[in-house]
Amino acid sequence: MFEAVLLTVITAATPLLIAAIGELVVERSGVLNLGVEGMMIMGAVVGFAVANQTGSGALGVVAAIAAGMAMSALFGFLVLALVTNQVATGLALTILGIGFSGLIGEAFIGVPGLKLPELYIPGLSEIPFFGPVLFQQDAIVYLGFALVALVAYGLFRTRLGLVLRAVGDNHGSAHALGYSVIRIRFAAILFGGACAGLAGAYLSLAYTPQWVENMSAGRGWIALALVVFASWLPLRVVIGAYLFGAVTVLNLHAQAFEFDLSSPFLSGLPGFVTGAIEIATTSQFLSSLPYLATILVLVLISANRRLTLVNTPACLGKPFVPDR
Amino acid sequence: MKSLLKTTVAAIAFAAAGSAAQAADVKACFVYVGPVGDFGWSYQHDQGRQAVEEHFGDKVETAYLESVPEGPDAERAIERFAREGCNIIFTTSFGYMNPTIKVAKKFPDVKFEHATGYKTADNVATYNSKFHEGRYIIGQIAAKQSKSGVAGYIASFPIPEVVSGINSFLLGAQSVNPDFKLKVVWVNTWFDPGKEADAAKALIDQGADIITQHTDSTAPLQVAQERGVHGFGQASDMINFAKDAQYTAIIDDWAPYYIHRVEAVLDGSWKSESTWDGLAEGHVVMAPYTNLPDDVVEMAKATEEKIKGGWEPFTGPITKQDGTVAAEDGVTLDDGAILGMNWYVQGVDDKLPQ
Repeated sequence: MFEAVLLTVITAATPLLIAAIGELVVERSGVLNLGVEGMMIMGAVVGFAVANQTGSGALGVVAAIAAGMAMSALFGFLVLALVTNQVATGLALTILGIGFSGLIGEAFIGVPGLKLPELYIPGLSEIPFFGPVLFQQDAIVYLGFALVALVAYGLFRTRLGLVLRAVGDNHGSAHALGYSVIRIRFAAILFGGACAGLAGAYLSLAYTPQWVENMSAGRGWIALALVVFASWLPLRVVIGAYLFGAVTVLNLHAQAFEFDLSSPFLSGLPGFVTGAIEIATTSQFLSSLPYLATILVLVLISANRRLTLVNTPACLGKPFVPDR
Repeated sequence: MKSLLKTTVAAIAFAAAGSAAQAADVKACFVYVGPVGDFGWSYQHDQGRQAVEEHFGDKVETAYLESVPEGPDAERAIERFAREGCNIIFTTSFGYMNPTIKVAKKFPDVKFEHATGYKTADNVATYNSKFHEGRYIIGQIAAKQSKSGVAGYIASFPIPEVVSGINSFLLGAQSVNPDFKLKVVWVNTWFDPGKEADAAKALIDQGADIITQHTDSTAPLQVAQERGVHGFGQASDMINFAKDAQYTAIIDDWAPYYIHRVEAVLDGSWKSESTWDGLAEGHVVMAPYTNLPDDVVEMAKATEEKIKGGWEPFTGPITKQDGTVAAEDGVTLDDGAILGMNWYVQGVDDKLPQ
């Protein structure tokens, strides 16, 4: 039972985790890309279409990553080369992605999909409890874990990560030192697009193997919130994604598992306590919990201003035009 | 924003189509709340529109706008259709009720048809389907087939249509097994495949071996297929997604109604009515019964016939969740009581969100 809940939490959290870790790298380089939802949905539709046409899930995943990167390349060209407004361009990217994915996906509505196989890691998958939960998943879940480790290590333990953070914190200085701000930011944007595309592939090939319009249902926006929630630290993205997944899934479990307020155990409690329990267990309240949790964490984080400033990329969202 | 964009695109396409063909006698126009590709509610309405085109050929021209948000945008869309020379306009979502009435006042010569609402006028008719009739049948099947005696119900919003569906399902199940249990999970959305799938998993993990839904995606059935339990299609036949898991599906078939009403405009007999039809009239259709033993199929078909013969699933004795009597033995609830239902029958393992 507990295992089953954990399994659903992992599947609910994976797309959020992957998209958020990609966006984290983009924002660390000083670019705000609000188009995560659009890149994700494009990944979902292209991944589904290619897997459906070729019969290969792996090709579908590769195509989804490519689709996410293509979308992000468009975004990168607009905001870096043409120096358009990042917020407006990101929003436009989302709208474009949702509309365009509907057009591409028209032929695939009502077509049963292809589900990525679960990979059992020999040895590890036989460990009691942890084995089935952690080591009997599909490839994208493992890829998600690997991405977090890669980004956490890369950002803070390598020279490349240092340069990327320097570009995000002070593009003027980085430029003066001879680093190509534009090139580094473009690479970061491409990485973000690849992650969003992969998250999309997870939706249409593993989570719910099918294509329906607008199937990302706002997960790209949640990923964006997660990056802020995590105060731009990779490991906190993991905590955030799992917290979000857990609250969503536990809400559903709590509803199926009815609390009996008339039980003798609870009947002795004062009225306002049972009243509070009653409100706390309504589905509407439980559905809003993840968002309340985000707000709460944002409040807690910003209460400690010094700590926030340390991690916030100082040049986030600011355009850079190299002077010649 | 997305809907705005699509509306604009659709409107341009529609304007172009309008100038191309002028030969048709009647122009029938449709306003949809979702994309025609949702494989659920709007998809089925569009199937009805296509049936109209096919049935009348050159005599009738059709047009549609998809993803029109409920509210001020809807009024603009409906008014635009009225101005462009539509003779009959179908507005297919509850939230279009007031905009439809408002536009209808300005265009007394245009006929309006509003789905699932309750306000009519001289040139505004309403129509809806008795989906709960189908739910009674699937409730019976669930009780026959379930080994655990527990079904899971994925519900969208606590509105009368959904509540009466839950009640009808349980009444059907109780007619087979009086101790049948029903767990309800509210997902507070019409459409989120991921969340619907998670809800299905939660219900299965807690012992339900039959999954049914009042949300629009095929995800819960896919989960049922994966986990080796069973379920029912919603709004359209979803057998392609769950060939071993789907017992049957409750299909909304708007085609006969749309053809009938467009015919009425053609021959001048159209008048404002409130239509609420179900299995008997073919507005609600059961998909082929699959994965079921013969005796259960026979039972389902017998119930289908009984309902087609005029029997109402909400016939007493019906006891509410709080123990009060909703209908005495043999008494049938009237239409108003079913269309405004805001209470559970006894046996629902849930507290109705208020």
